[in-house]
Amino acid sequence: MTDREPAVQVLSESPGRIARETLAHDRRTWIASALLLFIVVLTLSAPLYATYVSKTDPFVSSINGTTVIDGQEVSVLQQSTEGLRIGVNPIGPTWRIGSYALGADNQGRDVAARLLYGGTNTLLIGFTAGFLTITIGTLLGVIAGYSGKFVDSFISRILDVIWAFPVYLLSISLSVVLLTSGFKWGPISLEAGSLYLPIFIIGLVYVPYVARPIRGQVIALREREFVKAAIGSGAKSSQIIFREILPNVIPSVIVFIPMMVALAMLTESALSFLSIGVQPPDASWGTIIKDGLGLLYTRPLVALLPGLLIVITAVSLNLLGDAVRDALDPKARMRGAV
Amino acid sequence: MSELLQIKNLSKIYKTAGGSLSVRKSSVSALEDVSFSVSQGQTLGIVGESGCGKSTLGRVISRLDTPSAGEIIYKGENIAGKSLSAMRPLRKSIQFIFQDPYASLNPRRQIGAIVEEPLRINGVSKEERRSQAQALLERVGLDKGSYEKYPHEFSGGQRQRVVIARALTLKPELIIADEPVSALDVSIQAQVLNLFKELQEELGLTYIFIAHDLGVVRHISDRIAVMYLGRIVEIGSVEEIYSDPKHPYTKALLSANPRIGENGASSRQILVGDIPSPLNRPSGCSFHTRCPIAKPECAINSPALRDIRGVDVACDLIS
Repeated sequence: MTDREPAVQVLSESPGRIARETLAHDRRTWIASALLLFIVVLTLSAPLYATYVSKTDPFVSSINGTTVIDGQEVSVLQQSTEGLRIGVNPIGPTWRIGSYALGADNQGRDVAARLLYGGTNTLLIGFTAGFLTITIGTLLGVIAGYSGKFVDSFISRILDVIWAFPVYLLSISLSVVLLTSGFKWGPISLEAGSLYLPIFIIGLVYVPYVARPIRGQVIALREREFVKAAIGSGAKSSQIIFREILPNVIPSVIVFIPMMVALAMLTESALSFLSIGVQPPDASWGTIIKDGLGLLYTRPLVALLPGLLIVITAVSLNLLGDAVRDALDPKARMRGAV
Repeated sequence: MSELLQIKNLSKIYKTAGGSLSVRKSSVSALEDVSFSVSQGQTLGIVGESGCGKSTLGRVISRLDTPSAGEIIYKGENIAGKSLSAMRPLRKSIQFIFQDPYASLNPRRQIGAIVEEPLRINGVSKEERRSQAQALLERVGLDKGSYEKYPHEFSGGQRQRVVIARALTLKPELIIADEPVSALDVSIQAQVLNLFKELQEELGLTYIFIAHDLGVVRHISDRIAVMYLGRIVEIGSVEEIYSDPKHPYTKALLSANPRIGENGASSRQILVGDIPSPLNRPSGCSFHTRCPIAKPECAINSPALRDIRGVDVACDLIS
């Protein structure tokens, strides 16, 4: 019998558990998660706010609407009192919950309620488009990287076509075309104003940004000895992909999630700001910024607040992404430990 | 003793990467006309400098790579031209052990799952897998707790034991080990080598043992093949080769191996220059550019292996 080398560690730690523990000990995780949770809960409460608190319909213009402040009935849109005294000013922030707390926009709609509804759309599009990108990107990356040869060339060239366009140029062109005509292909049919359109467009334009690094990783993994050993034991391709390659790709995919969601959200806001994303009367933070653009001098909050919310959400998503990446990267972890 | 494996005129040519539109294409022949045979239960050691094609030889025999020409007759069946799917049932009995124990284990799976994987691929039930894997882990000298651990919790030597356990799960007959101990500390090397030997005696395994360390090869092999630039220059029993090397390359290789109690460099035969690139192989005998006894005709005639006092040597100048 040969001599045994002493077992150094008694407790067994899976790489996943180590990452989770690192993540739990990272302050960024908690700050970012708390901010995100707050914003998500806030936006999800939009219907409650509109129905029970502000009692206005944020999707219908109420130019002749009124609200009650200090017992007095006040018009939501007031005659301008400055300069030539023409035009109207929407009511400013009253800071009274229930009566246009953050003021009205130029159609007399409650900004607070619209912000919440807009947030729902922005986050919805951000998350679904982000996850769409990740799913398609990972799938294509793994297939291309593992198959190699013709399949790889085919997928890679298609990705190159998408990659060749600047993201915004491509999404703007696609949006302009699809928003005027809608999308009809076989059984799939999307109306021009549908929320699915920006989701699919944004989901598509970022696919190469995920697929390419995943493909590279799979190619590197395919040549690793443990994959060769699986081939040497007679493993089929499906067994190699699911049991040897995917478990090693998943950490990178996880790192991509918060970053892709943030990117998708920013792109959605940009498109909506250009009137080619979410279509009125629906709102998103992008459309509210656009609405607020004309009021920038009189009622700057209308444009600034959605901008601020976008920044907070994007920053916390990126913060979370950084924390996740550091937790999953054993080298970064070692640097931290020493 | 019966021949388990017979290699006939095996060649492997790699096309160097040029784009699909590139006009200039060159090729590297990593293996040229290699022939030998291995008997059941024996160990054939393969030695040579880096880049001489010994790893390629191992990968081609185990069919992790496809040979360009030649035959690999395993148990009377030529497996050289078999497709990947046709190879699958044969994989069980030929197992490969890699040099780097750190890259050989999937970092995201438990040791138990790694060792069981070959059984799982071949459809063995869960309880059966578990008991077999635990028995094997114990046999290679790892304690019971290893089953639930992850590769990063093990040292190089322990990992190589796991790799050996995995290679044994399918009860192979032939194990091709590509420098299995060169990544380990010397003290651990000895333990792992002894494990190889014990397992061979117990299970009647046949080894093809690739190494650059002459001491290691001598310890474990019955026969030795010396390779230079993709060719075998000398092949014979350990005793013959170590006591009476015939090919000038073998002589140089053996004299480069440090020995205790010998007086320094005086007896050493130092080769001049580097091993030539296989991209630009010398004509005739590939070794003539560095050979101390080369003659002009060596650059023209390519010597074949021939029997000289019980050893096959590829040199025309020796008799």
